[in-house]
Amino acid sequence: MSEHLDAFANAIRTFGSESSIHAVPVRRPEEITGLDALAIPGGESTTISRLIDKNRLYKPLVEFEGGIFATCAGMVLMANKVDDPRVHTLGLMDFSVRRNAFGRQRESFEADVEITGLDRPFHAFFIRAPVADRAGPDVCITARIDEGIVALEQGRHMALSFHPELGSDPRLHIRFLKNCGLV
Amino acid sequence: MKLEELRFGTELLKRGFASMQKGGVIMDVVNADQARIAEEAGAVAVMALERVPADIRKAGGVARMADPAIILEIIEAVSIPVMGKVRIGHVVEAQVLESLGVDMIDESEVLTPADEEFHIDKRQFTVPFVCGARDLGEAMRRIQEGAAMIRTKGEAGTGNVVEAVRHMRNIMGEIRALQGRTPQEITDRARDLEAPADLLIETVRRGRLPVVNFSAGGIATPCDAALMMQMGADGVFVGSGIFLSSEPERMARAIVEAVNHFEDPAVIAEVSKGLGEPMRGLDIHTLREDEVLQYRGR
Repeated sequence: MSEHLDAFANAIRTFGSESSIHAVPVRRPEEITGLDALAIPGGESTTISRLIDKNRLYKPLVEFEGGIFATCAGMVLMANKVDDPRVHTLGLMDFSVRRNAFGRQRESFEADVEITGLDRPFHAFFIRAPVADRAGPDVCITARIDEGIVALEQGRHMALSFHPELGSDPRLHIRFLKNCGLV
Repeated sequence: MKLEELRFGTELLKRGFASMQKGGVIMDVVNADQARIAEEAGAVAVMALERVPADIRKAGGVARMADPAIILEIIEAVSIPVMGKVRIGHVVEAQVLESLGVDMIDESEVLTPADEEFHIDKRQFTVPFVCGARDLGEAMRRIQEGAAMIRTKGEAGTGNVVEAVRHMRNIMGEIRALQGRTPQEITDRARDLEAPADLLIETVRRGRLPVVNFSAGGIATPCDAALMMQMGADGVFVGSGIFLSSEPERMARAIVEAVNHFEDPAVIAEVSKGLGEPMRGLDIHTLREDEVLQYRGR
């Protein structure tokens, strides 16, 4: 979570010091009220899914009207279909997702990925990453590699199977803030 | 995408994997059933072992890497990451765990050391390592060797949090004490700590270790776990504390809840109600010197 807070702070700084946007951590349902956008970080989707249910965050998340920036396990939670019945996904985007699609940690990798709308490749970190196999007509697929779809957008939401927050390239965080109309 | 353009096992992938465990609980398990209970309770990962530390203590003799059959059984049982322990300096045990598909290797003082001079050169591996540390110098040396995660050693298998507290305070306190010092002064201190100066300077600048820092060794209750989080731990390892308690499932869930809400005493109180007997526990002062695991590896 702290990596996303830093990455958004970094992205926001590129708009200059007059920017009024700031990033805050969210753990409880009442903390969502009044926010313009949310990020769902990586981790274990089974664990995060359980925390969302346990902390009564499911309904506030499904009803949230702003954009959601979801990476890795976050992407799994955004899907409306997942290969693991223990994950209670939010279903906010129309795609099917496969958990740990590349295998175990030794198969985690970094690579340059072409992403629609970016002028040069994005250096991406895939850590026990998921991929999407199917996306509905309202979903825009922005990156695909041999194993499947690794970046998608639907409305203001963005789902990525890799971790832009671990690198220093702010372009996807900036694009998300723009999609949300915040800059 | 061409395969040769992919890079595996980089420092960032290793540290990134460790970051994904932050705010979580990693539980020791000895079979598939326990692994499923841990996953169901919300563990972010499990540590696959032949015996939990308290039983290793009781058994005596040489403690080694677990039987690969047990590790594979646990890997098959859960979808969360599986970690495994190897003896300090035992390169081949580490190679074996890597080949089995273990997601992170714990080079652990809980097992009998194989090398009393050197730790494993962890940069040679694709999978990340976690290592124990009692103070900042030890943490710096392990990170220099390639550890992607540090866990304070505490005193494993005792159910007594006192050493975990001591070690966390050693590390956090030393970092706090160095705040505001010049690079020259920090370099001078690095010599005393037997730590690489550039790594110590980076740590002081960040105000924390440059890798994830978990607490381990003696956590037996939700309150213990929350205490370590309040002291600055990024997460906790619970060894014997769960499956040697009278109600492992409830204890596992309660500790996960307490770590998630470590600053909320009302939640910790709620989850601590009627948990049954925690593990029995040992007074550290009753241990003979050769029974103290934390002195292994430095």
